[in-house]
Amino acid sequence: MTGLFFQVTMVLYFVGTIFFLIYLLRRSEALSKVALGIAGLGFLVHTAALIGQTIALGHLQIIRFQEAMSFFAWALVFVFLMVVWTRRLHVLGSFILPLAFLSLVTASMAPAEVHELSPVFRTVWVHVTLSMLGTVGFAVAFVAGIMYVMQDRLLKSKRFNVLYSKLPPLDFLDTLNQRSILLGFPFLTLGILTGAVSAHISFGSYLSWNSEQIWALVTWAFYFTVLMVRITIGWRAKKAAYLTIVGFAGVILTFVGVILKNDISLTSL
Amino acid sequence: MNIIVVGLSHKTAPVELRELLAVPVSRGGEALARLLAYPGVKEGMILSTCNRVEVYAVVDDIDRGFSAIQDFFVKTHLALSIDELLPHLYWYADERAIAHLFRVTGSLDSMVVGEPQILGQVKEAFDMALTHHSSGVILNKIVRKAISVGKGVRTNTRISEFAVSISSAAVELAKKVFSNLQEKTVLLVGTGEMGKLAAQHLVNQGIRQMILTTRQTQRAIDLAERFAGKAVPFEDYRAHLVKADIVLCATGAPHYVVSQEDVLRAVRERRNRPMFLIDISVPRNIDPLVKDVDNAFLFDIDDLETHVGANREQRRKEAERAEGMVKDEVSVVLAWLRGLDAKPTIVALRKWAEAIKDTEVEKALARLGSLSSKERGTVEGLASSIINKVLHGPLVTLKTEAQSKNGVIFIEAARRFFDLPDEESSGQGTLNKEETTRTPQHLE
Repeated sequence: MTGLFFQVTMVLYFVGTIFFLIYLLRRSEALSKVALGIAGLGFLVHTAALIGQTIALGHLQIIRFQEAMSFFAWALVFVFLMVVWTRRLHVLGSFILPLAFLSLVTASMAPAEVHELSPVFRTVWVHVTLSMLGTVGFAVAFVAGIMYVMQDRLLKSKRFNVLYSKLPPLDFLDTLNQRSILLGFPFLTLGILTGAVSAHISFGSYLSWNSEQIWALVTWAFYFTVLMVRITIGWRAKKAAYLTIVGFAGVILTFVGVILKNDISLTSL
Repeated sequence: MNIIVVGLSHKTAPVELRELLAVPVSRGGEALARLLAYPGVKEGMILSTCNRVEVYAVVDDIDRGFSAIQDFFVKTHLALSIDELLPHLYWYADERAIAHLFRVTGSLDSMVVGEPQILGQVKEAFDMALTHHSSGVILNKIVRKAISVGKGVRTNTRISEFAVSISSAAVELAKKVFSNLQEKTVLLVGTGEMGKLAAQHLVNQGIRQMILTTRQTQRAIDLAERFAGKAVPFEDYRAHLVKADIVLCATGAPHYVVSQEDVLRAVRERRNRPMFLIDISVPRNIDPLVKDVDNAFLFDIDDLETHVGANREQRRKEAERAEGMVKDEVSVVLAWLRGLDAKPTIVALRKWAEAIKDTEVEKALARLGSLSSKERGTVEGLASSIINKVLHGPLVTLKTEAQSKNGVIFIEAARRFFDLPDEESSGQGTLNKEETTRTPQHLE
């Protein structure tokens, strides 16, 4: 049953993505409402699926890779809907929904067998959830960065096309970029700390210097630097946009690395 | 009686020279008095805007008129010599002078064709002339016609729509960089018409902080008052560049006023906060290389045009239509002017009287039946002598008064008393009521 819900969600996100992408290329605003409706419906089904899974298992389980990715997609769409709610910024969907859809696809590609987890691992969901929330922040910053660079280029090359008319003002995108990192960063910090605690409980050491842990620390240091250079030497706007695009590309590479290693055990996250 | 114009504009003279020769309203009376003091100059009007300074005059002799106004310009600014000035002046007489005024008022000669301010500026110049009694029947007629042509061009073609849309394009573009214009600071460099128009649009969008600068400090102060902004000296406006989120540049200078380095430094000092620059000057006032500066967004008139999506071809057609309207109206005024000559009026008056005489004599002769040739001669002689006696006074007055300053009034009056048709047009060129009521002013 839950599996069916996830599949329906995936289909809805896919259709929503198509609509949002067409919306990006058409002058009509009407399409965005349809796309938004589909995304909203997808979000409801997704929420139902997550609740159903939690009830079925008797506890919240966001531990394995596909669960983490599914939660990531859910949180991403949630943030998107919040932004649309407050800012009526439908165009964000053209960038965020594809990302959410791809996350679900990635999740579905991972092996789906369910291990019975020993109770000691059950607290790991806190670490995964926090890390994923941090990643959502960086993902939104990434999307804001991409939109910024696109709008920057359109303005510089004076191409006043449909895309130009739909993309929001640069300073809004820069603010969105900054706030997303500011929100994501504490979550990642807490995620790493809880991860270290979990590792200590499970393996007796806080840090085992495996590649995922190193990448997590590198990511943390990177976004810390992004925030710092903004405050200290004014690396905002275009520079910040590029930095966050590069940063999230690193995050994606980490995930890809995880998939390629097919190492979807607990320690990977 | 000739109408002439001598002037200089953004097309012929650098802004520095135009500013030297500008005649502010406060000095208008003195300038007009000086103009009318030249022998042979009967009426005068001075049109002084940021983009042009022009003197319109009604003169006895075209060439002497031209040199009088050239001398007037030279004496406007002591530091100026005629050799320096002459290459920047243009002068037209009669038909071309009228056409020029009509084109100017219709905004066809403006930096941005269709900009709406010039009509008001012509009205102001005319008001100044009226206040100081420097205009007479001819200028009054022509300038009023020019204003109505200007209005006609605006309402019947779409060229002004375009100028307004250029300003809104600037605002729309600004909104693609800044989400909230209200907190932003605008730096307005120069007082070009389009710059002011764009600034007005931004103020309408809720911009509150405005910094203004122009070479003429007084103008900056006046403008600062209008926009509730702050005027800063032109020499150190660069220091204020760092505060400017939006820079509007419309100085009319022939060189770059804002360099790439200026913007580079400003953006660095602003710690990469984006800058939005609009260059509404022709030629450009902001170095186009500014486009290579990160976080600085420069747009010039062409870009704004592109943004508006204005079809060049269509706009050219609209301008052509406007030119057509100007041409038509010029011929109407010319016909009226021609009628103001004493000679044709006298001829027309005689013709009119002769025609009456002929018909009446014919009628009388028909009624009287057969008459001897002597009797016929007596009847015809009687009619002729009545007409001659009646016309004698008016014709003598016309001939003598036509030479005086307000001679045209008599001619115009004669044409209307006797209902003489205008040459080459039928009745369109007659004076309107307003003008007649104004005439006594000029008789005083």
